Amino acid sequence: MVNARKILLPVLCVLAAAAMNAGEAPVSPGALFPGLAVDGITGGTVPATKGKVAIIDFWASWCAPCKASFPVYSRLQDAYAGRGLVIIGVSVDESASAYSSFVAKHAPSFATVHDSRHLLVGAVQVPTMPTSYLVDRSGKVRFIHAGFHGDTTEREIRAEVEQLLAEGPGAP
Amino acid sequence: MRTPGVRLLLLAALGAAALLGGCASPAARVRPWERAALADESMNPDRDPLGSALSEHVYFSRAAASGGRGVGGSGCGCN
Repeated sequence: MVNARKILLPVLCVLAAAAMNAGEAPVSPGALFPGLAVDGITGGTVPATKGKVAIIDFWASWCAPCKASFPVYSRLQDAYAGRGLVIIGVSVDESASAYSSFVAKHAPSFATVHDSRHLLVGAVQVPTMPTSYLVDRSGKVRFIHAGFHGDTTEREIRAEVEQLLAEGPGAP
Repeated sequence: MRTPGVRLLLLAALGAAALLGGCASPAARVRPWERAALADESMNPDRDPLGSALSEHVYFSRAAASGGRGVGGSGCGCN
């Protein structure tokens, strides 16, 4: 008679291991944002974010809400850059030409780069397009905006940026 | 003491578990940043409203099922 426990135990172990390795965990509030200097970042220079409040926005040229968000992030960049805000738009377009033509057309006032190999977005595991991460001066993700909802999102981000800018480097 | 039959069964169970474990992986899921093709206008089933209206008219005239594609319709042939 087959001992069921001897079979079930390894089966359960394998299934548990598979479930645990099913994917990378998405970046969540409180976690350190991954370094932006990864392979495949092209199309621009990543500005320094050390000691600054940063918004890292993942966008794509094929994403309509991303297009709507560009003027808003440009306004935010213009309004808060002097106080220590850095906005970086990370494109996840598959082609470099789609990225560059979108940037040329919309001419954002904030920095943009192209995550051509999807290594950064894969490490972050964005839940939807677009998603922006508000990172405080210590490099921790404090707020995440999944999707872009026009004035509502702008109002929320402004309030959060004000809060993060008011905090010192040692804040939570 | 394991008999060859038990060992075979064990190996088969492990193989099946490994295969089923693959089902738990999100590799087959289209990630949000990989949806460029899905976001293309050609993927919109209603990208040509006039064409859709014409084919809908042909459909309900032939099948006597007005609205049968998407909303509640008759099917009584009285349209």
